[in-house]
Amino acid sequence: MNVSEATAETRTAGDAAPARSAAIDIRGLSLTFQAGDQAVHALSDINLSIDRGEFVSLIGPSGCGKTTLMRVIADLERPTAGSISVFGGDPERARLGRAYGYVFQAPTLQAWRTVERNVELPLEIMGMSAAERRRRSRDRLALVGLTGFERKYPWQLSGGMQQRVSIARALSFDPDLLLMDEPFGALDEITRDHLNEELLALWAKTGKTVIFVTHSIAEAVFLSTRIVVMSRRPGRIIDVIDCPLPATRDLAIRDAPEFLEIAARVRRALRDSHSYDD
Amino acid sequence: MTTEATAGRRRGRQSGQLASVGTVLAGLVALWYLIAIPLNGAQLEDLFARIDPNRTFSFSERLTATWDNNRPMLPTPDLIAADFWDSATSTSVTNRRNILYHVGVTAGATALGFALGALLGVVLAIGLVHLRTLDASLMPWLIASQTIPILAIAPMLIAVLGNIGLTGLAPKAIISMYLCFFPVTVGMVKGLRAPDRLALDLMRTYSATRAQVLGKLRFPAAMPYLFASLKVGIALGLVGTMVAELSTGGQAGLGGRLLTASYNGDMIHMWTALVTSSLLAILLVYLVGRAERLFTAPAPAMQAG
Amino acid sequence: MAARTAAYWPWDIVAAALMAPLPVALLVAPGPEGTPVQAIVSAVAALAAIALLLAGGRPPARPLRIVVAVLAAAGALAPLATLRDGALGAAGLTFLLYMLGYTVLLWRAFALLAMADMPRVVSRGLVAAAFGVALLWYWQVIVDWFLVPRALLPSPAAIGEALASETRLLWSDFQVTFFLSVLPGFAIGSLAGFLFALVVDGRPFLARGLLPLGSAFSAIPIVAVAPIMIMWFGSGPESKAAVVVLMTFFPMMVNTLGGLAIVDRMELDLMRSYGAGYWTRLLKLRLPTALPFIFNALKINATLAMIGAIVSEFFGSPLAGMGFRISAMIGRLNLEMVWATIAVAAVAGSLFYGLWALLERIFTFWHPSHRR
Repeated sequence: MNVSEATAETRTAGDAAPARSAAIDIRGLSLTFQAGDQAVHALSDINLSIDRGEFVSLIGPSGCGKTTLMRVIADLERPTAGSISVFGGDPERARLGRAYGYVFQAPTLQAWRTVERNVELPLEIMGMSAAERRRRSRDRLALVGLTGFERKYPWQLSGGMQQRVSIARALSFDPDLLLMDEPFGALDEITRDHLNEELLALWAKTGKTVIFVTHSIAEAVFLSTRIVVMSRRPGRIIDVIDCPLPATRDLAIRDAPEFLEIAARVRRALRDSHSYDD
Repeated sequence: MTTEATAGRRRGRQSGQLASVGTVLAGLVALWYLIAIPLNGAQLEDLFARIDPNRTFSFSERLTATWDNNRPMLPTPDLIAADFWDSATSTSVTNRRNILYHVGVTAGATALGFALGALLGVVLAIGLVHLRTLDASLMPWLIASQTIPILAIAPMLIAVLGNIGLTGLAPKAIISMYLCFFPVTVGMVKGLRAPDRLALDLMRTYSATRAQVLGKLRFPAAMPYLFASLKVGIALGLVGTMVAELSTGGQAGLGGRLLTASYNGDMIHMWTALVTSSLLAILLVYLVGRAERLFTAPAPAMQAG
Repeated sequence: MAARTAAYWPWDIVAAALMAPLPVALLVAPGPEGTPVQAIVSAVAALAAIALLLAGGRPPARPLRIVVAVLAAAGALAPLATLRDGALGAAGLTFLLYMLGYTVLLWRAFALLAMADMPRVVSRGLVAAAFGVALLWYWQVIVDWFLVPRALLPSPAAIGEALASETRLLWSDFQVTFFLSVLPGFAIGSLAGFLFALVVDGRPFLARGLLPLGSAFSAIPIVAVAPIMIMWFGSGPESKAAVVVLMTFFPMMVNTLGGLAIVDRMELDLMRSYGAGYWTRLLKLRLPTALPFIFNALKINATLAMIGAIVSEFFGSPLAGMGFRISAMIGRLNLEMVWATIAVAAVAGSLFYGLWALLERIFTFWHPSHRR
């Protein structure tokens, strides 16, 4: 697999290159919904740049616009002000060019398709040949550890396995960008820890750029290279915290002093944003 | 999010819906007039030829002729409305020539059959939920009976009941009753079984009797199901009454009027009876809906956002 | 409730055994002047049996239950044999007691069958089948017992005879109604409703206006257009098919519209993230999601189509068809034939419905209501 081999090089090469291109570049972006007679300011003056190969978490209280920001990147919402570029172009071009895979809060698998045919759904839409589709779905399902479950129906799997199928589906067409919107929010903590480790390994193997929405501090610190802390409505970025933990980490790192220190910084930033409103 | 904004949005949505419904209705009426042109036009060619074979008639002359045709294939809504108004106002309501008299006859038989059928259905549903043997033996047949054309029995039932001296209101109400009864029973059984394990266990922790579980839990939980099936039931009951009236040879009621008009080949009267029965059906279902709002707690308002 | 804790005592067997001599007594001396002693003995035995059965108690062990079932089944033959010779006369009271006792015994047998330790599907199926047979049995006994005139209510045996002797006529009536009216009307009406829903679905303004009207339309007694359709299309099968088209159009339209409207927001976003167009969205997501609704409409329409065709045939048709047969045979007071035709219509209706229910299971096996 070309992707998995290219991983490490992409990241180091990206760091070294003088004119490296950012994966995402957002400047002065705002978004206002019109709800009846009232305007709701969902996002306000967002500035954020994300490099290729980064793992960035968006964290904040519910309703702070982190999902909305992700949806803007995915071209599922249009900003009302400011500019955004995804891989140097506008988000619509990125969407139509299938530049990203989106993983939602829920697995959103189609009940009438088997696991492998669910993974093949985007490939069908792109008009790929049946043999190539089958090869890729087998490969991606192996990547998320679901070999042997190809012929099952989604409703015959546990919640955690369903979400892994949805990740395999997002990876099926090999996008450079993975957008994950609280993908493990509905799972129990043990499953969630396990999938966090797997996701980290997957990221190291594939070198994708990942944007990850969560409301768990531990999850954000454990997974990310950078953590973007957002405030309650109108959604604003109040802090961006670097997360210089070693590239290979296991769950034990959550007891290490440097981990706890970063977690404490995130918690402080979140608390400050709360006092804003109250 | 303030409540005013939510209410405002809901109001906006409602008025938007009203506009949609209005437009669709207007479109349907316009479509009616359009369809009437070819349907009524065909026989007019003859007529025009008889009036003056050499003259060509203008489009507007043809159009008014198709719409004002007094023996039309498809009478236009204005002709039907005029016929209804004429019939409803020219004689007293107790006169057999008055359409409102027939509305009363049909509505009365339907209401009586509906009341009996609903009562029977609810009682039987309570039995089915509490008696396992009855549930095992009768329920499969009740469900299967939903799939067969029960209405086929109507004319025979009318004839047999007529043989033993039952005519007029009773046989119509009986047919209306048995058509109402099946959906009400099946819907009510579903409703009485709607409470989940947790809710039933809660009643057990209070050591409630079966009657208390029925009154405090099962019955309230069954209300939405009951009213949904009552709406189906009353519409079916009206169909039953009408078919019964059509089978008795057209003595009274909207079905009878429809049949008498069809013997006379009077399309306008037929359509008036049909349209009136449709409006009666909508009115009856609407009344059941009003009763639902009266007897059940208002549903909590939808939370916005 | 003492019975709950007490050890098992074979109430059921005793009661069922007490029932057994009664038909013998009736068979030996049924005549109009039937011996009072026998009648009294039988009556006492019957009352004792009823009391024992109503007292209830724990269900007996499995082999004993089979004994109860066999006795109950055997007991059904006695009244049929007794009534074969006509009026009961003085034995009437004993017969009434027997019927009461037998009803209690039957109820008990059903209860035992319903709680039998077999797979639920099997025991439920057996109880339902036994109940159907019991209904026919009561029907037969009551008709024979009270000498109900054939013009009022023919017995199941007489209807069975009509079914056997007039099979060809019934079959040709079925063919005319089903293949010339039901099937074309069902196909045209359902397809038109489906296509119309697709057209409307692309125009939200229309959909919002039509959905609330759909429930009003469904209340309309459309069968009543039958006389009008006969004036429009003549008395042939076309007018019946036209009624069926009108009856099946709205349920399909309303259900399809409803099914297309329920698609999950997140799933639509997923499709958008793939850059999927209208037709891809429709074929890969929205139609499969709407499929359970479409099948629901097909099942409703299967029944409506049968009703529409048969009822329309009441009001004028060429000399064939199930509805025609029913109304013609009512005129001749040949109620056996009426019931035979109704039986054919019922079986045909259930099978037509069952076909769509089966297809639904095959095509929407993934729906929560069908998962196993």
